[in-house]
Amino acid sequence: MDKINEIEAAALHDEMLRLKEEKHMDFLRSLTGVDWQENGLGVVYHLENSETQETITIKCVAPNREKPEIPTVSDIWKGADFNEREVYDFLGIVFIGHPDMRRLYLRDDWVGYPLKKDYDDSLNPLRMTNEETVDSTKYMEEQPDGSVIEKRQAIFDEDEYIINIGPQHPATHGVLRFRVALEGEIIKKLDVHCGYIHRGIEKMCESLTYQQTLALTDRLDYLGAHQNRHALCMCVEKAMGVEVSERVQYIRTIMDELQRIDSHLLFFSCLCMDLGALTAFLYGFRDREKILDIFEYTTGGRLIQNYNTIGGVQADIAPDFVEKVKSFLTYLRPMLKEYNDVFTGNIIAQQRMKGVGLLSKEDAISFGATGGTGRASGWACDVRKRHPYAMYDKVDFKQIVRTEGDSYARYLVRIDEIVESMRIIEQLIDNIPAGEYQQKMKPIIKVPEGIYYSAVEGSRGEFGVFLESHGEKYPYRLKFRSTGLPLVSAMETMSRGAKIADLIAIGGTVDYVVPDIDR
Amino acid sequence: MEIKKPKIKSIQYEEFKDNESLENMVKELNENGSNVIVGVLDDVINWGRSNSLWSLTFATSCCGIEFMAIGAARYDFARFGFEVTRASPRQADLIMVAGTITDKMAPVLKRLYDQMADPKYVVAVGGCAISGGPFKKSYHVLNGVDKILPVDVYIPGCPPRPEALLYGMIQLQRKVKVEKFFGGVNKKEEKPKNKVNDGQD
Repeated sequence: MDKINEIEAAALHDEMLRLKEEKHMDFLRSLTGVDWQENGLGVVYHLENSETQETITIKCVAPNREKPEIPTVSDIWKGADFNEREVYDFLGIVFIGHPDMRRLYLRDDWVGYPLKKDYDDSLNPLRMTNEETVDSTKYMEEQPDGSVIEKRQAIFDEDEYIINIGPQHPATHGVLRFRVALEGEIIKKLDVHCGYIHRGIEKMCESLTYQQTLALTDRLDYLGAHQNRHALCMCVEKAMGVEVSERVQYIRTIMDELQRIDSHLLFFSCLCMDLGALTAFLYGFRDREKILDIFEYTTGGRLIQNYNTIGGVQADIAPDFVEKVKSFLTYLRPMLKEYNDVFTGNIIAQQRMKGVGLLSKEDAISFGATGGTGRASGWACDVRKRHPYAMYDKVDFKQIVRTEGDSYARYLVRIDEIVESMRIIEQLIDNIPAGEYQQKMKPIIKVPEGIYYSAVEGSRGEFGVFLESHGEKYPYRLKFRSTGLPLVSAMETMSRGAKIADLIAIGGTVDYVVPDIDR
Repeated sequence: MEIKKPKIKSIQYEEFKDNESLENMVKELNENGSNVIVGVLDDVINWGRSNSLWSLTFATSCCGIEFMAIGAARYDFARFGFEVTRASPRQADLIMVAGTITDKMAPVLKRLYDQMADPKYVVAVGGCAISGGPFKKSYHVLNGVDKILPVDVYIPGCPPRPEALLYGMIQLQRKVKVEKFFGGVNKKEEKPKNKVNDGQD
């Protein structure tokens, strides 16, 4: 069970500011809203020092359940902006001083707050009317005498030229919607609308047994299916005190890395296609199919494998797994050279990416933009190094960090990571120890009371699982730290001042997966 | 002139599942007979239409990646004439609903469908589009795209294998082949009620 510090709502802002300045807690890992029923609504913050990797967990309860209010921390960490909007959307907690208190995922005319325990779904039938886009937002301002008043402010001015991109657009990689204010070709402001694929996974998990919740993690970020499931299994195992065998650790690590290669190959393919290089798309998919074959032989699934279980993995590796992986690795090396020849060195690709979409290191940390995006900005944010899990502390690999912070750096980081992943697999593949691949668990497990957080390095950043258990067979609250949400919240910073066509290149290199943002 | 059973070059007629519904369609269309010239024209047009089905690039989640996979070199749906995907609904023949449709997306999807030109088809890909799939109980998921659109082909799976997607698309081809293009028989939408032109508008 993680240690948790409680702070009064009134003192929250000052205390958080102190933590950031004195203890250098500059990375807001996760921000979770929880409904503690008679104990009120509140928020759990996970903070981390980006240099010493020291972590701290803070809880803040809103005093009044009927009218829950908590001071914002969005001025301390930029990443809190979207996260607080999410909490407002799900639980109705109003953040005082937050500049933009709109719903993030659900429609504006949605009734009630779905993650509240007393939410009534019958109030929200399917609405087939087109949603109206409002150009202004409300915010809550605290007056000197302590009272709070609601104010409105404009997002876009009336004379601004606004382009709508998405939700149905081939280059947004899913159903993400941007509203972009333009001046000529230059992006002045960008407003992100999420929620077109918000599936309510977190609420569903509250009425599923632990084994049942596993199936939904694969479908969050489907290009990191193994890693997501690994995170949830690890979290429950940590809570239950279950030690998995070394064989399982080896298999999980190898599978995670194969998945990462798979995801990065898809990243390469899609980015190339977005920039107009269709041949490279076909190359990437050709090689990706080989990984999917390996997955299929062992797990039975191509894209969604349902492989990890609590206490092990679903099935032992296929007899020729080792051989297949090795032959794949020897196959992939010359192919990477081909990619570099076809695309990396291409003058058009370089001009489209170099110096475009700059994200500074401070901003990356403040937004919590982990993964390849953070590492391209000079932030060594790899969970595999920061908080090693599975076999990662026993293998030798390099954390790829670049300092340019532009689209080209983000692209190169991922290409180099493929090589590192191959190195990790090479070190492990010959030494998979014998042993059990699955520990017997009860069909219904009850996790001891407490809160738990564990994270893995997903294909595109830190994927975390926050679990609050009240000792029942269902989780009380299960939140997934989305890898994509911090990335899209940083989109505005990256694309402001860029050309509208570069938005596609920036979105491509940031490499978000929309169902993972919306959950 | 009779409408014949749809033929696909590389797959035997008997090997398809669900021939029955197609046969019923053929029977229904043959009931009133048709003009020889119009019938031959129908055949020619249907031959062309069924071999160049343009889909809208529409994907909301996981199934979209499998849709990309069938577009790539290994499964290569260009073999069957589906390779042209259009980003604009105005130019598309069919919409492949690949992925979960949520409450917020439903009006958008309906709007996209309405923007497509007739004749148009809907293929529901994967468990989510068919019934809500694993997210059936969620507060924000539409339980089946057939609640808002008329679906022609259902392709089950989570996500469906590329082979399944191809099979589903070929089934749609067969359906296109047994249509009378002339006379508005296959129009799925009701004709708009004729406005009485009283000279006021």
